[in-house]
Amino acid sequence: MLTDEAGRDRKAPEPAKSVTNPRRTGGDLVQLLSPSGERISHPEFDLWISDVSDEQLCSLYEDMVVVRRIDTEATALQRQGELALWPPLLGQEAAQVGSGRAFRSDDFVFPTYRESGVAYCRGVAAPDMVKAWRGNALFGWDPYRYNMATQQIMIGSQALHATGYAMGIQHDGADSVSVGYFGDGATSEGDVSEALVFAASFQAPVVFICQNNHWAISEPVTLQSHVQLADRAAGFGIPAIRVDGNDVLAVLAATRVALDRARKGGGPTFIEAVTYRMGPHTTADDPTRYRDANELEDWAAKDPIARLKALLERKGLLDEQLETRVKAKADEVAAELRSGTINMPEPAAMDVFKHVYAEENSWLERQKDHYARYLESFSGSAQEGAL
Amino acid sequence: MSQLTFARAINAGLRKSLESDPKVILMGEDIGNLGGVFRVTDGLQKDFGKHRVVDTPLAESGIIGTAVGLAYRGYRPVCEIQFDGFIYPAFDQIVSQVAKMHYRTQGKVKMPITIRVPFGGGIGSPEHHSESPEAYFTHTSGLRVISVSNPQDAYTMIQQAIASDDPVLYFEPKRRYHDKGEVDEAAPLAQAFPMGSARVAAVGADVTLVAYGPLVKTALDAALAASDEGVSIEVVDLRSLSPVDYATVEASVRKTGRLVITHEAGQSGGLGAEIAASITERCFHYLEAAPVRVTGFDVPYPYSKLESHHLPDLDRILDGVDRALGRPNSLSGLEG
Repeated sequence: MLTDEAGRDRKAPEPAKSVTNPRRTGGDLVQLLSPSGERISHPEFDLWISDVSDEQLCSLYEDMVVVRRIDTEATALQRQGELALWPPLLGQEAAQVGSGRAFRSDDFVFPTYRESGVAYCRGVAAPDMVKAWRGNALFGWDPYRYNMATQQIMIGSQALHATGYAMGIQHDGADSVSVGYFGDGATSEGDVSEALVFAASFQAPVVFICQNNHWAISEPVTLQSHVQLADRAAGFGIPAIRVDGNDVLAVLAATRVALDRARKGGGPTFIEAVTYRMGPHTTADDPTRYRDANELEDWAAKDPIARLKALLERKGLLDEQLETRVKAKADEVAAELRSGTINMPEPAAMDVFKHVYAEENSWLERQKDHYARYLESFSGSAQEGAL
Repeated sequence: MSQLTFARAINAGLRKSLESDPKVILMGEDIGNLGGVFRVTDGLQKDFGKHRVVDTPLAESGIIGTAVGLAYRGYRPVCEIQFDGFIYPAFDQIVSQVAKMHYRTQGKVKMPITIRVPFGGGIGSPEHHSESPEAYFTHTSGLRVISVSNPQDAYTMIQQAIASDDPVLYFEPKRRYHDKGEVDEAAPLAQAFPMGSARVAAVGADVTLVAYGPLVKTALDAALAASDEGVSIEVVDLRSLSPVDYATVEASVRKTGRLVITHEAGQSGGLGAEIAASITERCFHYLEAAPVRVTGFDVPYPYSKLESHHLPDLDRILDGVDRALGRPNSLSGLEG
């Protein structure tokens, strides 16, 4: 591994197996589960999910149902005025759960603002996912508790953070992996290109997971790229996998391949998870203004949850007991989200000044002092004093 | 005590930080094998290895963005931006990520990143190599901004910047790199003059002259020249540009009643404007004249054959001092 103090020079990547071929084009979409729930055999990727038991299949199903339920509940909370905004993940449950369940606890995830499904897999409590959208904080959770950074709103910035974190892992000689999520729109951002350059140059243990959900607000993916997004990675010398993002097993397999490569010193991987944003960009968006209803119908037929459910049915795993269990869990998490949101403690006025700096700052102390006096001037005693 | 050039003093400070904290990593363009285009990092890669003194790809946003990730992981990155005018591609990462992360996460994630920026003009260089972008950063909450004026401060303050848990932009005056000065390398950092404090560089009675970075030397020269005419200038070396140590500036102005501020950066929205406003608010009744700014013009940095007109020099500073004192000056007879 990379622990040797003297031998800090980076290890050469492993000899290329077929799945590690940097010249792999995006054309061969990896799919292990057809839209009708039929298990499709794949010569390279089957191996990576051969350990997934029936119980784990049921568990992946439960995760996706719960994540969708969180999403539905958060959307409802926004409509009811409890949240200022919410970015739905509807349709991307497999891309997020399939990848999110592949990580180790010491891997570190840098998400966008839409990765509530990944956050769920990392153990983040549902109310923490909406805290920033209620305006009660700029973040939802302690990144070091879940090894997951807070939601990144700037498009693509976190790809560099993930790469830098991976450089740190490499420096520490650890075998954990850093993961950067971003969407199709972000691939046009300079920061994503720079992240790919740095990751390749330093052979950093980072996995880039690009959820191509086909829309960047109103802009179709065709406006971002004339080639398949996965094909871009070859130009950086980074191996890519183009995977059916609505197929939880394929996403799980692809992520495991990438993580394994990174852990073994083989450097970065670019995964394009081809999926679809079935809802609006955020609750403030109106997709009917820019996209065809037929397109939505086409993708609804490829629904990630229905697909795994069909597999469970085929395998005779979908019984009443499972349905009841999954529904109970979803109800429980949704109730927790609702009550946690409504009962979220309000910040105090003077919190506006908190934690701007780690160390004391004289400018801010003065403004803080003046504002405290200003607020104090409205208190009863101050008014009486004025009279 | 040793005699070091400005550049060697920074080098010695970086070396000390690399030695004392294994989490310190230097990163930038050409800083390794070459030792930096100004040789500030000369020899450090050879002594500390390629993984602690990292030559990066040519992408400034990439340098700062990966530094954010390294800081997340517990490192203390020290990034070199090769020239002032090259910092703009990194502006978004500095302003939107580095500056805001501590506030965003309510202190859970610290960003102890130092960003070294050779800045200012006076070396006859091409476009984008002589700028003074400090006000963009003093306007940004969450950053600390410092500028050093002499080898001793250069040596001490680079170490203080690296040791700070806040992100620090360290503006080093490139035209002073070859100036020599006494540096006490043995003095313990814990007892050093605080990074956030201004320093009275020359005691005077008639007018307070505030300067930082490259113009401190010019200001001291001006004070010496003025003393020949019986004018006593107190020179305040600001050192910290964000936050400004107003207590020191204020104490000086209360004594002299007059304030002149000089910087190479353009006037509008510059640091001089902020200092003039703050001092006017804080000690209006002590002022005997309106504060005066002697700064670069509000023009893009001009071609090098014109830079001597753009940059405040000794004579322009003294003309500003005359204005503050109500003595005959270039604007005598004009209203306001």
